[in-house]
Amino acid sequence: MNARATATVHGWLLLLPAMACLALFTHWPAVASLIESFYSTPKARRPARFVGLDNYEQLLADPIFWKAMSNNLWFALGTIPTSIALALLMAVWVNDKIVGRTWVRMAFFTPTILPMIAVANIWLFFFTPQYGLLEQVVGAFGGRSTNWLGSQDTALTAITIVAIWKEAGFFMIFYLAALQALPPSLSEAAAIEGASRWTYFRRIQFPLLMPTTLFVLINAVINAFRMVDHIFVMTRGGPDNATTLLLFYIYQVGFSFWDTAYAATLTCVLLALLALVAFVQYGFLERRTHYR
Amino acid sequence: MSAPAPQPVVTAARSDPYAPKGLALTLESTGAILLALLWVLPLAYAVWAAIHPAEYTTRFVLTAPLTLDNFTRAWAAAPFARYFLNTFILVTMILAFQLVLGTLAAYALARQDFWGRDIAFALILAQLMIMPDALIVENYRTLARFELIDTIPAIALPYIASAFGIFLLRQTFKTVPKELDDAARVEGASPLQVLMKVYVPLAKPTYIAYGLVSVSYHWNNFLWPLLVTNSVESRPLTVGLQVFSSSDQGIDWAVICAATLMTSAPLLVGFLLFQRQFVQSFMRAGIK
Repeated sequence: MNARATATVHGWLLLLPAMACLALFTHWPAVASLIESFYSTPKARRPARFVGLDNYEQLLADPIFWKAMSNNLWFALGTIPTSIALALLMAVWVNDKIVGRTWVRMAFFTPTILPMIAVANIWLFFFTPQYGLLEQVVGAFGGRSTNWLGSQDTALTAITIVAIWKEAGFFMIFYLAALQALPPSLSEAAAIEGASRWTYFRRIQFPLLMPTTLFVLINAVINAFRMVDHIFVMTRGGPDNATTLLLFYIYQVGFSFWDTAYAATLTCVLLALLALVAFVQYGFLERRTHYR
Repeated sequence: MSAPAPQPVVTAARSDPYAPKGLALTLESTGAILLALLWVLPLAYAVWAAIHPAEYTTRFVLTAPLTLDNFTRAWAAAPFARYFLNTFILVTMILAFQLVLGTLAAYALARQDFWGRDIAFALILAQLMIMPDALIVENYRTLARFELIDTIPAIALPYIASAFGIFLLRQTFKTVPKELDDAARVEGASPLQVLMKVYVPLAKPTYIAYGLVSVSYHWNNFLWPLLVTNSVESRPLTVGLQVFSSSDQGIDWAVICAATLMTSAPLLVGFLLFQRQFVQSFMRAGIK
């Protein structure tokens, strides 16, 4: 065997354990979902049979699917810009020499390490009608009583607020790291030119943080499609599917209704959305970060 | 990374001309502290409810008596000891496999030149986008076929090959000077010895950072463990807490808050003790 062949055998042997697991739990299931989406769900007496695009036709006609998609869109629109803007504000604040900086930084980051399923319990109490915390505050100012999680108008907003609270501190860390990596000569030069604090932020800090913003943005988009833990505790998709997100709907169809073929079809939609994100990332982010 | 000092990173050598002073400092500090208070409010409330008798759950008077009764009741109401053990086994198992598989794969990708390497790398990076959460239906079926449903390995398996871990270690291994590698080989070390004696020790900070991210992620993970477990013997804390707090015994917020705090306590205490390392590891590790 020549050296090149030996190297190839060595290389693949080292990769084998990881590649086998990835193939089994990532690549194959992705392909299997696609194949399955063209078959019917096997029943006790009727095995799965090829149905072509039937599942996709069902999907297009399924009002709950469209509800989940629009909910997910609103959830994404609600969480992404707000959590990124808050993260940036937090990072700028704790990067400056403010009073109690260590404590403030810790407070912002705490939600990141708490289990979502655990803090969702507490948020559930905040939103509880009659005696919940939010209700008490609103009541103290003479506001009307609201069933935050039980009303179709407010449930998704409540879910979105919890997600923003969870994410902003996490994204702050990346902005903080990027801010601290900016050379101090920049601020000195800007100060000599007489730039105001706002101009310095708008013309120097913010543009230089662009790669971080893109990185955080990609993460925020992916998270918008995978964050469902709090829905299990707070609403279980209700009221009347007002808080059903795509991944939660996949869970319901696959594991409550056991309609595996339709769940596979929904999975394909989710994978297509994630592929779109990957495509965008490849187009924009790849050029700005160094993978080698 | 040298031994971290307890204080935050400040480049104190040069003064920042935009550091807020006077009124600006007051305003900025006030804003930051108010937002921080809002951010810790859920946790602060959980602590309040957990250490006071149930009748003070919604009544905030400073004279309320303190009690640890809620913790005792929560601990007795569900097999939390077993859940803790399960979670501990789970995160240890996942991390151990992730590190071994990740190290081997990262070494091959960083320092071996062989046929198909770029394809392999692309196939691995695919997992960064297609997260295991999206594939719950098929992965459940695979594990059912292996008859592993309701076991701790079933929770761990889809996560033990972590594209992110491989990527992170590959980047670190690439920064190891090639001369060290060559020198070890001249001494007669085999490729695996070179990996263990040269690369792994030099990548220690990356291992620590990745370890913290992995442990906190899998400690908190919920959806997948919920699906593949259905008995006390395999349930991790997050699922146990969910089963506990949604049971029909009427909502006792004080006990739920106590259980919530117990579930989060190890990570929370770890975070308070190693605050700086935690934050730095997240900075270093980026996405989970």
